Amino acid sequence: MALGAYHAGVSVATAYPGTPSTEILENLAKMEGIYVEWSTNEKVAMEVALGASYGGVRALVSMKHVGLNVAADPFFAASVTGVRGGLVVICCDDPGMHSSQNEQDNRHYARFAKVPILEPSDSQEAYNLMEWAFKMSEEFDTPVLFRSTTRISHCKTVANVKEAADIKRKQPRFIRDPYKFVMVPSNARPRHPLMEERIQKLSSYMEVFPLNEMIIGDRSIGIISAGAAYQYAREVFHNASFLKLVTTYPLPQNLIKRFASEVARVVVIEELDPFLEDIIKVMGIQVIGKELVPIVGELSPQILEERAINAGLLPQPQQMSQSTKKVERALPLRPPLLCPGCPHAATSYALRRLGFYHVEPHDEQASEKRVMARQKRQGIIVTSDIGCYTLAVYPPLLALDTCACMGASIGQAHGLEKAGVTNKIVSVIGDSTFLHSGITSLVDVVYNKGHGTVIILDNNTTAMTGHQGHPGTGISARGEETQKVIIEDLVRGIGVRDVNVVNAFDLPLIEATIKRCVETDEPSVIIVRGPCPLRVRIKGKPLVVDLEQCDKCFNCLRVGCAAITKDGDKITIDTALCVGDRCSLCLQVCHRQAFKVSEG
Amino acid sequence: MTKTDVLMTGVGGQGVILASDALAETALKAGYDVKKSDSLGMSQRGGSVVSHLRMGEHIFSPMIKKGDVDFLLAFERLEGARWADYLRRGGIAIINNLAIPPLSVVGGTSTYPSTVEVEEIIREYTDEIYFIPATEIAVELGNPQVLNVLLVGFLSLFLDIEEKSYIGDLSQRVPPKFLQLNLKAFARGREEALIRKQNRQH
Repeated sequence: MALGAYHAGVSVATAYPGTPSTEILENLAKMEGIYVEWSTNEKVAMEVALGASYGGVRALVSMKHVGLNVAADPFFAASVTGVRGGLVVICCDDPGMHSSQNEQDNRHYARFAKVPILEPSDSQEAYNLMEWAFKMSEEFDTPVLFRSTTRISHCKTVANVKEAADIKRKQPRFIRDPYKFVMVPSNARPRHPLMEERIQKLSSYMEVFPLNEMIIGDRSIGIISAGAAYQYAREVFHNASFLKLVTTYPLPQNLIKRFASEVARVVVIEELDPFLEDIIKVMGIQVIGKELVPIVGELSPQILEERAINAGLLPQPQQMSQSTKKVERALPLRPPLLCPGCPHAATSYALRRLGFYHVEPHDEQASEKRVMARQKRQGIIVTSDIGCYTLAVYPPLLALDTCACMGASIGQAHGLEKAGVTNKIVSVIGDSTFLHSGITSLVDVVYNKGHGTVIILDNNTTAMTGHQGHPGTGISARGEETQKVIIEDLVRGIGVRDVNVVNAFDLPLIEATIKRCVETDEPSVIIVRGPCPLRVRIKGKPLVVDLEQCDKCFNCLRVGCAAITKDGDKITIDTALCVGDRCSLCLQVCHRQAFKVSEG
Repeated sequence: MTKTDVLMTGVGGQGVILASDALAETALKAGYDVKKSDSLGMSQRGGSVVSHLRMGEHIFSPMIKKGDVDFLLAFERLEGARWADYLRRGGIAIINNLAIPPLSVVGGTSTYPSTVEVEEIIREYTDEIYFIPATEIAVELGNPQVLNVLLVGFLSLFLDIEEKSYIGDLSQRVPPKFLQLNLKAFARGREEALIRKQNRQH
C-alpha cells in the first residue's frame, strides 16, 4: 500500500499509529520527496490530508478501523466537498480483534458517507489498486476508502512493482471555490444531489473496473467474494466459479447479475457483516451467505472448509478430520503481559493494592455502622485507556475497571463522580493517548469542577504499536527533532493546579501521591515518567535473589514480571529478561529484602 | 516444486517473525510463490506468536488449515504442543526443547507440560518429532539470539531449497559484524538435522 501510494505520486501522507495500519506510514517515512507525519489523532490526520488535497496534491491518510470513528466528522465532510488532488483513506479492519476493542466492519462507512470503497485481496492487488484509487478520487471528485484487514496488512505475498518508477507529483495550488469548500447550508445543499449522482456514475464505472474478476469453472456453485476471504474461498473450493470484487461499494450490479445467471447457486463469502449479501439480496438474487460464513470473528480457510462440508457444499473428507477425534487437552494460555522493566508496572501494582477492597465480602450484614465502615474501605475505581497499560487488567495485576476507546478514561471517571459514586476514582492514560484525545476531557473536568485524579503514564513513546513518535516526544515521523509538547505545562495551562511528576520506578512515592491526590477537592494530575525498556534497551546492575531471606510469601509474583519465575518454591530471576536496578520493583515489594542489587 | 506449509510458533521476543521473513525471502528467490501471515497478539514480548508460511507453485490463502502443516517449527515446547493439531499426518515437528512458563504456571494456577507430555500430544499427529536443545546450542555458540537462524538451519535440511540460497539471504539480511555468528548457527542447525536424520534411519 505504501509503495503503491508512493509510485502513484502521493505528496502528503498522515496517520495515527494503530494495529494493523501502523506500518503504512512507517514505510512511507523511509521514502524521499514526500511529506509524512504522525498526526495527533486520526481526525487531525484526516483534516491535514484533506487540506493537502484541497491544495491540489495527492494525499493519503491511514488508520485502524476504530480510527475512522475518530475521523468520521472530517471524512463525511470530505465526501460533501469532494477533493482536488486525489484523497485516499486507508482503514485497516481487525476481524478477530487481534489488537482492538471491537471488530466493526468499516465497509458500512462507504455506504454511509456515499464514497467508493476498494478492497485488495493480497499484496499485489494492494499495490496495483493504489494508483486506481487516486485516479478514481480525482475523476469522481470524492475521497476513496481503501479497506484492508489484518490478513492483508500483516501478510506478505509476492508483488511485482514498477522499476525505479517515474513518479509524477502534482504541483500544489489552491484554487478558491467557496461553493465547493465552504460548507454553509446554502452551499452544502446543492452538493448533496451531486453526491447521489456521483454514486450512480461510480456504479457504472465499477461495471467495467478491470480488477474485478470473473472466473467460470464448475457452474453448480458461484462464489462472490472480496479481500482475504476471496483467497480462502479459492483455497477451499478448488473448481467453483468465482466473482472476485475489489470494488465493494458501489457494487457493479449488472456484473453480479450476469455472474448469477451463469451459475446454479450463488454463495457470498465475506468476513464479518453481510454487507455484499444484503445488497445482492435486495437486487433480487437468492444467495447463501451468513448461514454459511460466521458473522463473528476472523474467517479462516479452516472455518470455511468445515462450514462448507457441514452445509453439503463440499464432499465429506475421506479420513476423519483429525481434530474431531482428539481429546482436548487444557494447555496453559500465554496472555500478553507487561514487559520486564515496564514503567507501567509499579503504578499498576499500586492501583491493584488501592483498588483491592472494592470486592465486597458477601457475608456481612448491612447494619448502618457496617455500611459506613464499608464505604470507608471502598477501594479506588480505575478507569483505563488504550495502550500497553491496559494489559494490567490481566492476572496477577487485575488493576483496571474500565477501558472503552481512545481517551475515554478521563470522561468516564468524571461521569462516575458526577453520578454520585462514592469511591475515589482515578483515570489512567498514556502520554500518546492523552495527547490523542485526553486533553479535551481534562478541560471538561476542570471546567465542570470535577475532583478526579488523572494518572498520565509517560513512557515518551507510542509503545504498543512499536515506538512511534508523538508531540510529547519531540521526534517527528522521520526521526528528526522537533518542538516538544511538555505535558506538565500543558495540564497547568488547562488549569490543573495539583500537578505531580513522579519516577515510574518509585513505588512508595507513586502510592503516596495517588493516596494524597484522591483526597483533594480539585482535579489533580500525576505524571508517572519512565522510558519504555524496549525502546531504550539499557540495563542496570543485575538483581539477585537471596533465598535464605525469602519466606516464600510470593508477593513478588504479584508484580506480574516475566523475569521472575518460581522453580518449585524457589524464586529465580531470569537475568536475560530482567533490566536490573533500572526497575527493581520486585525489590520494593519484598518485605524480607530477599532481592539484592548485585555489585559484580 | 512441492507445496510446503510451515508453521513457526514461539514466544514474543524469540525471533519467530524474523525467521519466517528470512525463510520466505529465501523461498521466493528460489522461485516459489510465497505467502506468509503473522499473528502477534497485543504484546511485543511474552505473548504467543505464530507465523504461517506457505510456498509452492501458486498459493491462494496465506493461512494454513489444521491438518495441513508439513513442518511445525516450535521455538518453545508449550507453543509446539499448542499448535500440534495443525500438523498433517506424518508431518515433521521440530521442537526447541525449551520451557518458558507463562505467568499462570509461575503463579501456580496451571501446570507446564513435560517433554513427555508434549511428545504424547504431538504423537497423536505424527511420529516424526525432533526435540532439539537449540537454545543451549545457541548459547554455546555465543548468543542465544541466533536461536532463530539455528532452527531455520535445522529445517533447511528437509526443504527443497539449495543451501547457498539461505546463505545468500543471511549475507544480505544480517549486519556484517554478526554475519559469521549467524552463518555458524545456520551450519550448526543443519548439521544437527543431518545427525538426527541419520540416527533415525538406523
